[in-house]
Amino acid sequence: MNKHTDKPGFFAALEDSPSADTFLRGLWKDNPVFVQVLGMCPVLAVTNTAENALAMGLATAFVLLMSNVLVSSLRHFIPKQVRIASYILIIATFVTITDYAIMAISVELHKSLGAFISLIVVNCLILSRAEAFASKNTVGQSMLDALGMGVGFTFALLCLGVVREVLGNGSVFGFGLFPDTFQEWIVMILPAGGFFTLAIWLLLFNILKQKRATT
Amino acid sequence: MSDTITIAPEKKQADTGNSNKMLFAMVGIGLMCALLIVLTYEGTKPIIAKNKAAALEQAIFKVLPGTVTTAGYYWDGNAFTPLNGTEAEGQRVYAGFSESGTLTGFALPAVGLGYAGEVRVLYGYDPAQEAIVGFYVLESKETPGLGDKIEKAPAFLANFGALSVAVGTGGNSLKNKIAYAKSGEKQNAWEVDGITGATISSKAVTEALSTSTAEWVPKLYEAKERFKPQTQSHE
Amino acid sequence: MFKQTLHISTSPHLKLGVSTDDIMRNVVWAMLPASAFAVYAFGLSVFLLLVTSVAAAILTEHLLCRWSGKESTVNDWSAAITGLLLGLTLPPAFPLWMAFVGSVIAIALGKFAFGGLGYNTFNPALVGRAVLQAAFPAAITTWHPAFLEGRFTDIASSTLALPFMEPTYDAVSGATPLSAFKFDGVAADSADLALGLVSGSAGETCALLIVLGGIYLIARNMMNWRIPVSILLTVYVLSGIMHWVDAEAYPSPVFMLFSGGLMLGAVFMATDMVASPLTAKGVVVYGVLIGLLVVVIRLWGGLPEGVMYAILLANAVSPHIDSALQNRVYGTVKKAKAT
Repeated sequence: MNKHTDKPGFFAALEDSPSADTFLRGLWKDNPVFVQVLGMCPVLAVTNTAENALAMGLATAFVLLMSNVLVSSLRHFIPKQVRIASYILIIATFVTITDYAIMAISVELHKSLGAFISLIVVNCLILSRAEAFASKNTVGQSMLDALGMGVGFTFALLCLGVVREVLGNGSVFGFGLFPDTFQEWIVMILPAGGFFTLAIWLLLFNILKQKRATT
Repeated sequence: MSDTITIAPEKKQADTGNSNKMLFAMVGIGLMCALLIVLTYEGTKPIIAKNKAAALEQAIFKVLPGTVTTAGYYWDGNAFTPLNGTEAEGQRVYAGFSESGTLTGFALPAVGLGYAGEVRVLYGYDPAQEAIVGFYVLESKETPGLGDKIEKAPAFLANFGALSVAVGTGGNSLKNKIAYAKSGEKQNAWEVDGITGATISSKAVTEALSTSTAEWVPKLYEAKERFKPQTQSHE
Repeated sequence: MFKQTLHISTSPHLKLGVSTDDIMRNVVWAMLPASAFAVYAFGLSVFLLLVTSVAAAILTEHLLCRWSGKESTVNDWSAAITGLLLGLTLPPAFPLWMAFVGSVIAIALGKFAFGGLGYNTFNPALVGRAVLQAAFPAAITTWHPAFLEGRFTDIASSTLALPFMEPTYDAVSGATPLSAFKFDGVAADSADLALGLVSGSAGETCALLIVLGGIYLIARNMMNWRIPVSILLTVYVLSGIMHWVDAEAYPSPVFMLFSGGLMLGAVFMATDMVASPLTAKGVVVYGVLIGLLVVVIRLWGGLPEGVMYAILLANAVSPHIDSALQNRVYGTVKKAKAT
């Protein structure tokens, strides 16, 4: 990996160790949402509240972690020709497990996330990490990669969820921020609001990146 | 992305061309996955069933004031028989009982076509008052801010405190079917006062209740004496 | 290497001395009668509404130009037109802070994000209104009756709602002729509609004054007459057929023409020079498409009014209309169809 000398001291120190780099890459430099723009379906659809965004992010991170670990530990065992089928099978298993687990935790939460839990199975982020990373690296490295990507994904979803909930509901994680007469921006809890919010975050991220590249 | 692919030299994949090995790998992974899913399913099944029953019970308590126990029934064509869990939702009726064991009324699900798909509601019918005494939206995709007023607008919900569904003299139909009235123009006890700006959604609710009560209320009214509290709540 | 930029352009190389600024300024003149009538009919609230939306549009344009290091383009009047158009499409007692937000969105998202004047794919004012409609569906469908007593001295309470706070409405509220027809089956009188004696968005009620503004622009050759004419003809013919089939269920074609935002949309919004097609054949297709969509949305859609969405959708396809109907350059062979 190429080193970044322009990072602040804390990040630079962390990045000296290869494992930390693996973790941080997903969190920031290769953030799955803001940089790679992967897995847009849940990003746009279930970030209407911070709670939904967090639940979706954690569910995806869990599936990502488990499938990365399993794919990586089975990487010498799975023949090349059937690897995609095997990965999908593994991913689908953990998605199903997550689906049941969320239903057991809260029927209400399961209802608000709807079909998007099952749709984690087609989230290209997870398959791309299995194919691009876990199938070629040790279990430990894959775990770190999954954690970084998972946390990065959750972070991005939260960024959208918080903005949309504040404007669309006047609250964060269900706690009201404004007086009762707050006018909700209905568009923010509709899918269209997801597009607007994502666009604004992408704009901010790119401005930030450009500034750091020029200084 | 490109750097992640080249992060490590590609390790040699497991031997190619051996179909037995492929078969073995796929079957092995399949079995392992099946085992994991079955374990999770068995582990979470009772919790999920309990959660769902609790959610339904909570809804029933909301539409039938004073209810502490409920019992599920379905119409088998001639009479109401206790639920065995396999009936279609549209055929189910839940009877509610107060602490002293008297019938507080019936909770029934109803479906209407709103602005953005089906609106599923649960309403409470009290045969003693011959009126609808409670209303709760189970599921709706109505526009937030407009159509979803059917869930929370106090003026609209006030309709369902005592909405008359008296049975007519023949005993097999309602005296007056539930009808829709424009906001502020409700004149009769069987009319639903609509919501300005959510006409389609409030009409959908009215339609759902009107159809469902016309079918069920005469039957329930006739059979109301036969419902007795069960020793334990359903399911 | 050759560093100098060469300006290459196709004929005609000699152009009339009418500049963008001239046209834009005349469009503002043409909108003034309708705006004045709006203030007359709805009073002080609408005056404040129009001032707010115009000021917000100009301010946004100016600040965005500054921020991106370009020369400020507020002097070309286009931002003022966007603000005024947006204000005219809003309900009379619309909260001022929402109008401000709408104007900012119209300029920033509808115009600047696409590259400024000359590059906007959609009519910026309608982009602003579409976002407002999605964000505040209740406020934008709460109408205020026209010709109230004391409208020149009192301001509607919803107009002055605090920023980010829900407006409270005065007890009086009106229904537009279109929603009255859609939900209650009551058709307004055609003469009232044409003269603007009904409720509705601030500037859409008086159809005659809007037509007057349109005729002025057409007479000065500053507007493509084919667009409004083809829209209005399509709506008239289609709704005429439906009315003839079932006079009970469908309103009369005259009602369709003069109710809602159709006149305002056809004359001032569909004619946005950037977002409409360029060829003579193209604009007719574009106009027919808008007319068709308006009729379909009004008669069978869930919304009482469909002019805004009809124009936005037609804006989206107008480049394709152009490329499909482009004239063959003299002497070239027709392109072989890709197989």
